[in-house]
Amino acid sequence: MFTNNLLSIITWLPAVGAILILGLFKKEQNQIIKKFATAWLALDFIISLWLFGYDRVAGGFQFLEDRQWIPVIGARYQMGADGVAVLLLVLTTFLGVLAALSSWNYIQKREKEYYVLLLVLQTMVLGVFSSMDLFLFYLFFEVSLVPMYFLIGIWGGDNRLYAAIKFFLYTLVGSVVMLLGVLKMYFLTQDTALTSKVTQATMDLLAGNPKATAMVASTIQQAAQNGTGTFSILYMQAVGSVIPMGTMQVLLFFAFALGFAIKVPMWPFHTWLPDAHVEAPTAGSVILAGILLKLGTYGFYRFNLPMFPKASMDEVFFGKFGVRSIMIFLAIVSIIYGALAAMYFVVKKDGDVKKLVAYSSVSSMGIVMLGLFALNPNGLNGAVLQMINHGIYSGALFLLVGIIYERRHTRKVSEFGGLSHVMPGYSAIFLAMAMTAIGLPLLAVFISEFLAMRGAFEANPVWAGWAGLGIILNAAYMLWLYQRMFFGEIENEKNRLLPDLSGREWAYMMPLVVMSLWIGIYPGPFLRYIEKPVNAIVKQIRPTYQIPGEPATATSAPVQIRQK
Amino acid sequence: MPFLFQTTGLFNFRDLQLIAPELIITVAACAALVMEVILPYKLSKWTAYSSLAGIGLAFVSLGAQFLSMGGTFRLASLTNLAPIDGFYGMVRIDGFALLFRAIFLIAAALAIAISIRFLDIEREQHGEYYSLILFATVGMMFLGSGYDLISLYISLELMALTFYVLVAFTKRERRSNEAGMKYFLLGAFSSGILLYGMSVLYGVTGSTNLGEIGRNLNSTGDLRPFVLIGMIALAAGLFFKVAAVPFHMWAPDAYEGAPTSVTAFLSTGSKAASFALYARIFFVALGPMQVDWAPLLGIVAALTIVVGNWAAITQENSKRLLAYSSISNAGYLLLAIIANNSYGNIGLVIYLVVYTLMNMGAFGVIISLRRRGIIGDNVDDMTGLAQKAPGMAAMMAIFMLSLGGLPGTGGFIGKYFLLWGLLSRGETEHKSWYYWLAGWAVINIVVSFYYYIRFIRVMYLGDRIADEQPLTMSPALKTAMVAALVGIIVIGVYPQPFIVLAQKLIPAIATTAAPPAASNNPAASQ
Repeated sequence: MFTNNLLSIITWLPAVGAILILGLFKKEQNQIIKKFATAWLALDFIISLWLFGYDRVAGGFQFLEDRQWIPVIGARYQMGADGVAVLLLVLTTFLGVLAALSSWNYIQKREKEYYVLLLVLQTMVLGVFSSMDLFLFYLFFEVSLVPMYFLIGIWGGDNRLYAAIKFFLYTLVGSVVMLLGVLKMYFLTQDTALTSKVTQATMDLLAGNPKATAMVASTIQQAAQNGTGTFSILYMQAVGSVIPMGTMQVLLFFAFALGFAIKVPMWPFHTWLPDAHVEAPTAGSVILAGILLKLGTYGFYRFNLPMFPKASMDEVFFGKFGVRSIMIFLAIVSIIYGALAAMYFVVKKDGDVKKLVAYSSVSSMGIVMLGLFALNPNGLNGAVLQMINHGIYSGALFLLVGIIYERRHTRKVSEFGGLSHVMPGYSAIFLAMAMTAIGLPLLAVFISEFLAMRGAFEANPVWAGWAGLGIILNAAYMLWLYQRMFFGEIENEKNRLLPDLSGREWAYMMPLVVMSLWIGIYPGPFLRYIEKPVNAIVKQIRPTYQIPGEPATATSAPVQIRQK
Repeated sequence: MPFLFQTTGLFNFRDLQLIAPELIITVAACAALVMEVILPYKLSKWTAYSSLAGIGLAFVSLGAQFLSMGGTFRLASLTNLAPIDGFYGMVRIDGFALLFRAIFLIAAALAIAISIRFLDIEREQHGEYYSLILFATVGMMFLGSGYDLISLYISLELMALTFYVLVAFTKRERRSNEAGMKYFLLGAFSSGILLYGMSVLYGVTGSTNLGEIGRNLNSTGDLRPFVLIGMIALAAGLFFKVAAVPFHMWAPDAYEGAPTSVTAFLSTGSKAASFALYARIFFVALGPMQVDWAPLLGIVAALTIVVGNWAAITQENSKRLLAYSSISNAGYLLLAIIANNSYGNIGLVIYLVVYTLMNMGAFGVIISLRRRGIIGDNVDDMTGLAQKAPGMAAMMAIFMLSLGGLPGTGGFIGKYFLLWGLLSRGETEHKSWYYWLAGWAVINIVVSFYYYIRFIRVMYLGDRIADEQPLTMSPALKTAMVAALVGIIVIGVYPQPFIVLAQKLIPAIATTAAPPAASNNPAASQ
């Protein structure tokens, strides 16, 4: 019962908590509400640790669940997680606890609604990562906008109304266009000319293990019985690999890509992000940067790459300027533009630290995209690990900014200086996190950036060169920021009496520092979770690619696909 | 006409059985008129309750009809129902008629439930109001079951005439009178155009029976241009009725001026009835001309969606805003007519049901804000509602998100099927404009969210409360709103039974009337 429904339990538990809060507590009982919500999220986190029982040797999709939902259109309630999703799920529950904990003092009004929405948001995001049915995925993906809209709109800063509606509509554009892509993909699963070409080998490769293959097989059978198509993501991926390259595949690629690129966000679709971040409350920023942005990159990883392998590989479709080149170009521009914009906010007279971190996210997510479209195991491993790392360090930086904001009610870089004298603990943790962001060896981001860069180098050294430039710029603004905020003499009298971190603040900062060190020093366990799924995707896109370190039997598998 | 000889008298009992729900509603309407005279003013609410009871009875008889036609509530074993013709082909009872009449009954019941409190506030609690609503419902129900241009036109006029009166019902209010006058003049004008189209069609094909017209349409030869003129006139008249651009001008004025409860009924029941008429005429009578009318409707739908949306953005009055939103929704519903396949039909029915529920709910909220002296129908009047009445605000928020089409609400399922129908029509015809139209429609969903979200913004995102006085609700109003909410969420989360019902009942018109269209859709051929 427990292990068979693990993903459902993890996903729906926060929503149950939200209903309990609505039902059990009165508006005035905010002390109990916030403790209850935090404890509830912690419970969800603890349960989610069971996900680490993921069988890394078997790989593929595990913790499968399959229930009837809307048979008449072929939508099923299917859940499952591969190694990448496992890591992202645990990251989500982990950051959820920290987000709740950091809100205790920050949120001073309408606490009940706040924690209810936080819990609902958590359910929606967890649902996105664990859906194996595109219809279900879409439901979670789009409904997640609503609680976030409220979080920004009610508890945000002065310009919150504008930021909230901009966030909502901007990301909505992407998802409605994706809806057309979803419908078209659904039609294609009914197209016998295509589906007859889907080989069992492709299914096995994508599902990764016999159980998952069996689930997809039974889904297809049921769909055939009812005369419907199917929304099974794995089957759509298999169908996608036999869609001939052409306008259709490219259009479908972009229908999905637009929605995800806005979520990531990639330049030039990034403009909603700084506004949303600056206005959102701390916990909102943590979840936005830590988790919601991953919905975009996860979408690329889960849909665009395996579902449209030919388009993802393509470099020549529009003359010399192909789909992959477009994505890489946007990724590199994001990296450099994000870094330059962040640097601008260090120098600017009333530069906002939160805006700086927001732009550094744009840059960091650019590296994820570069790694993904390097289309080799190194690049993808780096990209996935970078998603996790970015969740950790950007979450930490937003929490740190929130801490100082609670004390000073300003986030302007120029208001600070010499903080290391009054807040040594705070300065130390900020340093650790700033160094993580830069990619200092022994800290988490170093590993992922290294892998992503290596993958990019393998694909095309020029790309790696440009991305390297961006990384140097990252180091520059982070160090500059640290210098301006923490070193030197205290010039602003208001800073002289600032208290250092409280016990609760230590409690939610330390786990992030520990995680950063752990991944930085010994990333092996984490990489082993993502290795198999990533290799499967590389093989799906490039059947002939020789994956380094794979035994010879495995490398001959793609050849078999071709023979069949 | 062979069946002419089968009957011995003017009516036979079987024919009367076919229209039993309509008869029940007619009796209830007459009873309401009598009760108005007998009951003292204080007790006039009982008229409303007796009307609701009448609707309940009609619903039961509708269910009995469904069962007697071989339907079953175990949906898995439900099969397509064979249509039954009555009154010499004037009326056809099939799945389409059953479903649409059910929608009208739901709309009427909700409208009466939200009216009780409204009329109390207005001090206009008169029995004839309920009787008018019921007569309008009778008209709508015959629009769902009519199968002949004559019966359809008469029922359309029955509905329209009662609505002219209803719109002007608060006779002490100038806006209401003005709205009634406008609606009457434009409505009469559009009826004229419609009638012209009908007469041309009759002249060319020699019949007023929809099925006959459909069969004769292909052999018109030289008269083809006249058929086109008739089609265009019919389409234009119906554009008026559903408030599609460029014939939408009456809607905002009529909606704003009409008593709010009438606006609610007008925007749901009357719209659903007009679409039933649209579907009947265009699928059955003009089905063979799909290639001719689809582009016309496509252009109008695209325009309607965009004009309705952009005009709604700037509105301050929530009734006016919802009027423009209903214009843009008419555009979305037109997509189902253009699609003319099983998915589109499912979309049409589900979207109309959901649209009825969410619009009734939204107007219910607006009514509950109203007090003597305070009109409460500006968007800003909802400021801070989330803190004053959290439950009400949450309901309104869900109605609005559903109007926009957020997944998890019924609105999404409806829009999903509308788009699905359109795309699969594009798929079968290999024409790219269907895709462009679908793209246009989804992009406009984003625009529509901008103004639906405005309600949520004023209710939730401010700390200010517009006025502190608590809301007063009548039990009927509360019940209606909760019922609407439950309906929306159930359809949004578990639409299976509704889709099956629509799928099994609606292909009936496609398969019996337009075989070429039916063979194109995979669901019907299963």
